[in-house]
Amino acid sequence: MSASPESNAAGVTGGAGEDIFQLSRRLRAGIEGDLHEHLVEALYADAGRIASRAVSRPGRERRATFDATLDRIVTSRVWGFPVMLGLFALIFWLTISGANVPSALLADLLVGRGYPWLQELAVAAGLPAWLRGLTIDGMYLATAWVVSVMLPPMAIFFPLFTLLEDFGYLPRVAFNLDRLFQRAGAHGRQAMSTMMGFGCNAAGVVATRIIDSPRERLIAILTNNFALCNGRWPTQILIATIFIGGLVPAHFAGLFSAAAVTGVALLGVGFTFATAWLLSRTILKGQVSTFSLELPPYRPPRFWRTLYTSLIDRTLFVLWRAVVFALPSGALIWASANLEVGGRSVAEHAITGLDPLGLALGLNGVILLAYVIAIPANEIVIPTVLMLTVLSAKMTGVGGGAGVIFELDSPEEIKRVLTAGGWTVLTGVNLMLFSLLHNPCSTTIYTIYKETRSARWAALAALLPLAIGFAVTALVALVWRALS
Amino acid sequence: MSAQPVNAPTPAEACATCDVYRAAQLRKLGLAAGAFDFVVALAGNPNTGKSTVFNALTGLRQHTGNWPGKTVARAEGGFSYRDRRYKLVDLPGTYSLLSTSVDEEIARDFLLFGRPDVTVVVADATRLERNLNLVLQVLEITGRAVLCLNLMDEAERHGVKVDDRQLARDLGVPVVPASARFGRGLPELLAAIEQVAQAPVTGRVHRLSEEPPAIRSALGELTARLRAAYPDLPNARWIAMRLLGGDDRVASALRRGELAGLADRARGAREGLFAEAKEEA
Repeated sequence: MSASPESNAAGVTGGAGEDIFQLSRRLRAGIEGDLHEHLVEALYADAGRIASRAVSRPGRERRATFDATLDRIVTSRVWGFPVMLGLFALIFWLTISGANVPSALLADLLVGRGYPWLQELAVAAGLPAWLRGLTIDGMYLATAWVVSVMLPPMAIFFPLFTLLEDFGYLPRVAFNLDRLFQRAGAHGRQAMSTMMGFGCNAAGVVATRIIDSPRERLIAILTNNFALCNGRWPTQILIATIFIGGLVPAHFAGLFSAAAVTGVALLGVGFTFATAWLLSRTILKGQVSTFSLELPPYRPPRFWRTLYTSLIDRTLFVLWRAVVFALPSGALIWASANLEVGGRSVAEHAITGLDPLGLALGLNGVILLAYVIAIPANEIVIPTVLMLTVLSAKMTGVGGGAGVIFELDSPEEIKRVLTAGGWTVLTGVNLMLFSLLHNPCSTTIYTIYKETRSARWAALAALLPLAIGFAVTALVALVWRALS
Repeated sequence: MSAQPVNAPTPAEACATCDVYRAAQLRKLGLAAGAFDFVVALAGNPNTGKSTVFNALTGLRQHTGNWPGKTVARAEGGFSYRDRRYKLVDLPGTYSLLSTSVDEEIARDFLLFGRPDVTVVVADATRLERNLNLVLQVLEITGRAVLCLNLMDEAERHGVKVDDRQLARDLGVPVVPASARFGRGLPELLAAIEQVAQAPVTGRVHRLSEEPPAIRSALGELTARLRAAYPDLPNARWIAMRLLGGDDRVASALRRGELAGLADRARGAREGLFAEAKEEA
């Protein structure tokens, strides 16, 4: 044998390694059959022998039959999808109907009481008017709004979703969707990253790492934005409550709004399939890989633990992110509403400029401007929309002046402001559609850039949904106006 | 699990076998950086509760979820047990270490090139046979391992009984039954980790008994050559098997002389090389 331990200096071992490598190549050539198969056979034989010596089953498998029965229902071709839709609609309904009261309480506390109190304090401290405006009217109110609109629905939605996840339902959803993903030319595991996307698209993009094939991973990344992330849930829920719920008698309103939100989420899943199909037949052609998906046993979720971790990890995490972005955005909104160029504020100029495009899309300039301001975080779209609406419609008696996000503690009052700003049911419907179909937030775009290491894919991921959003809202507006 | 005081008073010798005492020796260090005495890897099939064990030991809150493939990258944390500091690395869940998917490569590279002092394989007690496939592969790479037989509560509910002593005899490594979700078995797991980390040599660890006849002579020749060139290499036969299987990553490590570095590495030099393996992972 050539090398002794003493001669293991770097250069020499490289040589020994090369020798051994050459030997391994010669030996490999002489092996008959598939070595991998030989090895796996040996492994299975050993594993089987050891397991049979250690495992015994004295009891009857009661739980296993329960699991099997449940699986037969939730993954059945007939009942799988209805059960899935029913469960998600139930979660949305609980969220929508449960969030109203605490939201109003929070708004009353933070905006109704906290805001005047802070104003008085700032006046007493002798702060100049512009500084008061920037910090209290801008930053504080934007943040207070985000907290009161977002905290209650998230504190209900996330624990419910996490309970389903803990129970083991999500892999069944993946199983149900697998066939559709395959048909769309995407990887079945994309069901998982899509699920994550319903929480946060940036997290969903990271979760696509479980997909090995680069082609299918890109499809999953590019289409993740069609999973409605939690930053957009409050917009959906609020607008559905105001405009869709208002179309039916009061006691059906919650159910009807929940159905509308479920519909938008489903539409997003539809766009995921359609876009994946399109991508896999144009710029991302290739084979669909197979994979195995293990359906884990159902586990009784630990209720309090789940409640705690989902509040800390998801609710507060997302809320914190929203607050961090709401602070500077609040200042920006206030500044744009108070800096005047040629007798009109910067915001008004922008709104007038965007209005023609916005109206053609069945939206308006306010919404488009809000989406520009809200690129860092979808969460602040609604507060921004409200503030800009009051500003541009020159309403009096609502709010506290230019750039002030005012006290609105019920959906009825919000509706009053929006209707006065020229909103119709079409505006509401198209805002829900546009909220689903527009560029991802800057965090997600940056994550896509980091994951793909390509500015081109990141740009495509941003522009593709935006283009689809423009097309869909324009089409809906066209049809709507033709019919009415 | 009972409350865990940070600075427990030194109890009498008799206490040393008691769960409460052992749990009290655990200090969760979270993301604490700095020097570690030992590196512990957590491997296992998907959805066996690796992240739950990880969280229980480090005090971190890696998101856990009841679906396979949740941990997509490696997570690291630390804990201190009986005055020794341990770095804990949560590897992605895999069914095997043989194929070339990204998560299997991350796990395999870390076990092979990161050379953890202890590898804890978390296995699902209700699906032992399938989980053993991975356990056996890990044991081919390193004998410094502990089998954590997790989800024992579920196994009980399903009427499955696992004889952990028989299993420990067959595998040649400590076997710890646990229900990590409820904190059961963790004191024993800590004790087993400590035992393996500090043991100078490993016991008679199970190696694949049935070498495929088609490769027996080739495997024997190559293994002998590897052992002669790198006497300290703990897994020469496994590396020979991978070379015969045409594993490019192992082949390039061999040609670049990295195997020698692995075999010679003194404990003090660990951190530097560890970082290297990390970059490659």
